[in-house]
Amino acid sequence: MKRLLSIHAWLVFAFLYLPIAVIVALSFNQSRFGVRFTGFTFDWYVRLFNNERILEYLTNTLIVAVVSTIASTILGTLLAVGMVRYRFRLQNALRYLLYVPVVVPDVVMGISLLLLFDVVRDAVGWPRLSLFTIILAHISFQIAYVTLVVRARLMLLDPALEEAAKDLGATPWLTFREVTLPLIMPGVVSGALLAFSLSLDDFVVTFFTAGPGSTTLPLYIYSSVKLGVSPEIHALSTLMVGVTILVLLLGTLFWRKRT
Amino acid sequence: MREAAGPRERLRQVLLTIGPGALWLGLFVLVPTLIMLVASLMSRGSLGQLVPPFGLHNYLRFFSDPLFIEIIGRSLWIGFWSTVFIVLLGYPLAFYIAQSRNKEVLLLLVVIPFFTNFLIRVYAWIVVFQKEGLLNSLITAFGLPPAELLPSTLAVYVATVYTYLPFFVLPLYAAVERIDWSLLEAAYDLGARPIRAFWESIFPQTVPGLFAGFLLVFIPAVGTFVIADLLGGGKVTLIGNLIQLQFGSAQNWAFGSAASMVLMAMVLLGLWLYARTQGEKGLDKLV
Repeated sequence: MKRLLSIHAWLVFAFLYLPIAVIVALSFNQSRFGVRFTGFTFDWYVRLFNNERILEYLTNTLIVAVVSTIASTILGTLLAVGMVRYRFRLQNALRYLLYVPVVVPDVVMGISLLLLFDVVRDAVGWPRLSLFTIILAHISFQIAYVTLVVRARLMLLDPALEEAAKDLGATPWLTFREVTLPLIMPGVVSGALLAFSLSLDDFVVTFFTAGPGSTTLPLYIYSSVKLGVSPEIHALSTLMVGVTILVLLLGTLFWRKRT
Repeated sequence: MREAAGPRERLRQVLLTIGPGALWLGLFVLVPTLIMLVASLMSRGSLGQLVPPFGLHNYLRFFSDPLFIEIIGRSLWIGFWSTVFIVLLGYPLAFYIAQSRNKEVLLLLVVIPFFTNFLIRVYAWIVVFQKEGLLNSLITAFGLPPAELLPSTLAVYVATVYTYLPFFVLPLYAAVERIDWSLLEAAYDLGARPIRAFWESIFPQTVPGLFAGFLLVFIPAVGTFVIADLLGGGKVTLIGNLIQLQFGSAQNWAFGSAASMVLMAMVLLGLWLYARTQGEKGLDKLV
C-alpha cells in the first residue's frame, strides 16, 4: 500500500515537472523547431537580452506589481484590522464583497473593469487603457487576498495585548504602530508576497485592461504563442521558472529561520 | 476599553481603517458588476457600442440557442472531469506528502509549478503536444505516424488538470495534516479491514478539504478561456472563450455581458450550495 502511494506520488511529480523540463532543455537547443536536440547553445539567451522590447515589458510588469502591491497591502491591512476590531453595519455585505474577486472567474473580473473604464472614459474622457488602468485592476483583486491573509493572522492575536497598551495610555495609532502591526507583520509580509506574485502572474485581467504601450510579460508570451513561438520564449520561460524557484527557496529558508 | 472611546472617535477609527478599502472594493468590484448587469440588458449599436433598447433579449438569445447551451454544457463537462482527474491524482499525493519525512521539500515541489507563470505552464503543453513535440517524437519512435494533437480536447484536459492540480493539493494537504490518526487505530481495534477502516475513520475527516479543493479547481476550470484558446484552437469553445470573443472580434459587449452574468450566476450558485453543505465557516476555509 505504502509502495503504491509512493509510486503514484512520483508519477504525479513527473507529470508536474515534465513540461517544465522540456522547456528548459529546449532553451539550450540549437534547433529552432521540434524537440530533437541538435546541439547546445546560449544563442536564445543572447537574443533575449538583446531584445529591448522584452526589457520594456519586464519594466512594465514590475512597475505594475510593485505599485499595486504597495497600495493593496496598505488598504488590505487596514481593512483587515477594522473588520476584526469593530462591529459595524454592512459588515456582512463587505465580507461578501471581499469574496467576489477571489471566487469570480478572471474573465468576468477583467471585462467588468473594462466596462467600468469605458463608461467613465465616455463620461469624463479619462482614463485611457494604460499601465495605470492595469494597476487599478490589480489592486482590486489583490486587496481581497491581502485582507484575508492578514485577517487570519489577526484572529490568532490575544486582544489583551492591545488592551494592555491602551490601559497604559497609548493612543489608538500608537497601539497600532507599536503593538498590533509588529505582531501581524508576518501576515502582512505573506499578504504582500501573495499580492506581488498574483500581479506578476496575472494574464486575464491585464489582457482586458491593458492598452497600447502597456504590454506586460504575460501579454507578450500570449501574443508570441498566438503568432508562433520563437525559441526566445523558451529562454524567457526558463529564466522566469528559475526566479520562481529561487524566490521560493529563499522564502522557505527565511520563514524557517524565523520559527 | 471600547467604551472609553466615544462614539464619534469610534466612527472615526472605523472609517479610517475600513473606509479606503471598502471604498475601493465598492468602486472597482461592486460598481463594475452593476455596470455589467446594465450592459447585459442593452443592445449592440452599429459600431459595437452599447445602446438602448433595454430588455432581456440577450438572455433570451443565450438560452434559446442550442449552440450556447452546448457551450455551457461543455464548460461544465470539461470542468467537472478535469476536477475528477485532479482529485484522483491529488488526493493520494496529499497523504503521501503528509506522511513523508521530507514534507517541506515535497510541498515545495508542489508549490513551484503553482507559482510558475500561468502562461508558461499552458505554453509548456504546446511544446509537448505540438507536431514535432515530445509526444509525437515518442509516437514516431515506435514507428507510428505522427498524430495531430493540437488543437484537441485531450490537450485542453491535460493542461487544465496540470494547471489547477496544486490548487487542490494545497488545501487538501492542510486537511490531511490535521487528521486524528487515533481513529484509524480504533477502527482496526474494532476489527475493520484496511479499506473499511480508512473509509470510516480517515475519509470523513478529509471531506471539508475535499469540498474546498473541488470548488477551488472547478470554478476557475469552468471560467478559463486561455487554455481552450491556446490548446483547443477554436475547436473547443467554452463559456470563457465566448465572453472573450464578444469583447474581442465580435464586438458585442451587451451579449458578452449577458454571458458573463450567466457564468457569474453559475459560480454563485455553486458557492451557495457549498455554503449550505459546509456552513458559513466553510467559505472562510475556501480562501
